[in-house]
Amino acid sequence: MPTEKTVLLDGAGIKRALTRIAHEILERNKGVADIILIGIRSGGVFLADGIAQQISVIEGKDVPIGAVDITLYRDDCSGNLPHQPVGKTDIPFSLEAKKVILVDDVLYTGRTIRAAMDAMMDFGRPQSIQLAVLIDRGHRELPIRADFVGRNVPTSQKENVEVVFDATNQPIEVVLEK
Amino acid sequence: MNLLIKNGRVIDPSQNIDDTLDVLVENGLVKKIGAGLSAPAGTETIDATGTYVVPGLIDMHVHLRDPGLEYKEDIVSGTKAAVAGGFTSICCMPNTKPVIDNKAIVSYIINKAKAEGFCNVFPVGSITYGLSGDRMSEMGELKESGCVAVSDDGKPVHNSELMMRALQYAAGIGIMVISHAEELELVGEGVMNEGFVSTELGLKGIPRVAEDIATSRETLLAEYTGTSIHIAHVSTKGAVQIIREAKARGVKVTCETAPHYFCLTDDAVRGYNTNAKMNPPLREAEDVAAIKAGLQDGTIDAIATDHAPHHQDEKDVEFNVAMNGIIGLETSLPLSLALVAEGVVTLNQLIDKMSVKPSNILKLNRGTLAVGAVADITLIDPKLEWVVQAEKLASKSKNSPWLCKKMTGGAATTIVAGKVVYKR
Amino acid sequence: MAEFKHKHIIALRDLSKADIELLISTAESMREINSRDIKKVPTLRGKTIINLFYEASTRTRTSFEIAGKRLSADTVNIAPSNSSATKGETLADTALNLLAMKPDIIVMRHAVSGAHYFLANKVNCSIINAGDGAHEHPSQGLLDMLTMKDHFGRLDGLKVAIVGDITHSRVARSNIQGLTKLGSSVFLAGPPTMVPPGIEKMGNVTVCGTMDEALQDADVVMMLRIQQERQGKTLMPNAREYSRYFGLNPNNVKLAKPNAMIMHPGPINRGVEMSSSVVDGDQSWILKQVENGVAVRMSMLYHVCGVDSVE
Repeated sequence: MPTEKTVLLDGAGIKRALTRIAHEILERNKGVADIILIGIRSGGVFLADGIAQQISVIEGKDVPIGAVDITLYRDDCSGNLPHQPVGKTDIPFSLEAKKVILVDDVLYTGRTIRAAMDAMMDFGRPQSIQLAVLIDRGHRELPIRADFVGRNVPTSQKENVEVVFDATNQPIEVVLEK
Repeated sequence: MNLLIKNGRVIDPSQNIDDTLDVLVENGLVKKIGAGLSAPAGTETIDATGTYVVPGLIDMHVHLRDPGLEYKEDIVSGTKAAVAGGFTSICCMPNTKPVIDNKAIVSYIINKAKAEGFCNVFPVGSITYGLSGDRMSEMGELKESGCVAVSDDGKPVHNSELMMRALQYAAGIGIMVISHAEELELVGEGVMNEGFVSTELGLKGIPRVAEDIATSRETLLAEYTGTSIHIAHVSTKGAVQIIREAKARGVKVTCETAPHYFCLTDDAVRGYNTNAKMNPPLREAEDVAAIKAGLQDGTIDAIATDHAPHHQDEKDVEFNVAMNGIIGLETSLPLSLALVAEGVVTLNQLIDKMSVKPSNILKLNRGTLAVGAVADITLIDPKLEWVVQAEKLASKSKNSPWLCKKMTGGAATTIVAGKVVYKR
Repeated sequence: MAEFKHKHIIALRDLSKADIELLISTAESMREINSRDIKKVPTLRGKTIINLFYEASTRTRTSFEIAGKRLSADTVNIAPSNSSATKGETLADTALNLLAMKPDIIVMRHAVSGAHYFLANKVNCSIINAGDGAHEHPSQGLLDMLTMKDHFGRLDGLKVAIVGDITHSRVARSNIQGLTKLGSSVFLAGPPTMVPPGIEKMGNVTVCGTMDEALQDADVVMMLRIQQERQGKTLMPNAREYSRYFGLNPNNVKLAKPNAMIMHPGPINRGVEMSSSVVDGDQSWILKQVENGVAVRMSMLYHVCGVDSVE
């Protein structure tokens, strides 16, 4: 059956959303001091780059960016599903006493964020962890909410939300497939 | 009890017979062979239409494991397996516990076989006491008590001087020496044929030259002393060639091979299959080809099985630890019949190698359907299709590489001294 | 997306090119964990790994143990000297007894080639081969390949010289199986008494008449350990003569490419298969091999744990 696609955000829309998130992050944290952006592989990493660029434009300062692959922290490893390939985690600095902003593309059940928070704890004791997502599609299975949201999209569980990136890892659009 | 076997294809290489005939058996002896024989009243008639009626098959190389290792096999189960495989006579090797090196053991085997066995059992005594390899057994007493040959099978007589003297002494007694031809230093810790497969599996190999050197020594000793020798379980192309050349020079050497040496290669070991572990080891394709050529041109006189039963606990272990050998009595006939289908040997040659020659080599006075001969007869159904199933094997042990494999051909009826001992 | 479907890792011969690439790429990701302050991830929490070592091996056993612990598995070490093996218990019985402890993985080293296939038929947990006889040592092969990839960024098209006692080397076999699948060509050199028949049929493998021939323009030179106990037996006269013809020294090492890697699975007999200056020289990757061992073993443990049924 052909899937029906709806574009939720186009490239310009995504950029506006990331710019707004960047402003909100700065406002909430009163500047860039102690802020570290950690993108969740794979989509979150590219979005973290986008947010960092905007922060740089706004404040004229670069914030450190890291990447986390949460595969090894998944809560379904004890089952016997084929284990996923493991991506690289790249956090070449301590998170001790830092304000960590986790960045992901789509917030859904919350399990990925739980895994990512566990991973953060293995890199030190952050002062705080905040969550920025481009899309919040609901259906949480854990008590987790985002601090910064690009857009809230009501969905059914049968639908799929995907952020599409181009060859240079720039976000092109967000599509809803049903 | 008299028997009339009607309308079978009677194949008797000893008399150059290959024709549809009837065989009349009276008082355990062949009474008459001819077309359209009629039987006296009270004669049991067997319709042998579609089967080969041949002199009872003889396996000159069987390990019955009795006495001492009855958990693997005993005289009753071993002879039952023999008749199921079409054999009316088997020769049992001396590596029992205790070793067949004295009259008491020989008598025990002969008496037990007579009382409880299903076929003729001809014991083979040891060349050296207790298979020790250091002094000769009393070959005279062994022969008198019923041994048809001497052999240290399982290992060679390592000492060349002792082997030469044993050949000379045995010739004087009039008993055949069967050699397990292997150079032990070259075998070392080897567990399979040395070649690509052993290299890939990381298993210590046994080079073919270990068998070739020993075969060469045996033929040279027999040549030098002018005595007879029989080489057991030939497996290499080198050994076949050495024997071929020795025969051409007039050396009194005979030899046997076993079905696994013309059916399987060392590829069967892949997966560390312990039912493909034997001694000598399974060789390579070129050896299989040479064995077949040797069977074809008569270099290889006989097909034996080297039936070597082992308990599951001795085979279901790591490869290096597993015992050598496989059972063979119940699969030899179909595997050998395949040589006929393949055009390697004629049916006549096959029966020669499985009955006539073994009898001649060991002077068993069998291997013929001549009038007046003991009526050991095998009826072979060449079209019989069956599957080797562990639970249906008569042997106590199930260590066969052909488990679950389909076979074509087999014994329909086995008759020993005029008595039907097996009927499929 | 690549998916690992092998419940056991017994031989690189059994794995495809894609399987091996996945194991190596996962190992590359695992390596990051080993550089953290807190060198532990929760992935295999609640899993039990038994390290069953019938042959002594500090290096490999420790490496597997650390790998298991870094993935949060519970690891138990059993060595023959303190196990039932010395009391005549068979491998099958030992395995059944171990199964009562409900392990998820048994990592075994055994002197008998193929013992792992036997064990795999007896148990329902995963089996990882930490070395069996002269058959294979897959984790060593993988870590060697990972180390080569670190230096060259690829394995395709590399010329790898392996020098020494090939016949008795499970390291050589695993490397040959893996490297040839991934596009390297392997050149072997050793005394003819230590080069097994037919080995050139195992893939893109060339048996060289001399060590110089193998070293010529090699990207990687892998020296194998010469077993001291083989000296004076039938395979070679003694270590001195062996070293003269098959030892790596500052002179013949120049035959290899200038950026060639020098590797050795350890433990090294200094002055026999390699002179100390080569062992400790700039081209030596020996310690990096050891470091990569943990990551590779983490990758192996991780992937077999994700497979339920036998392939």
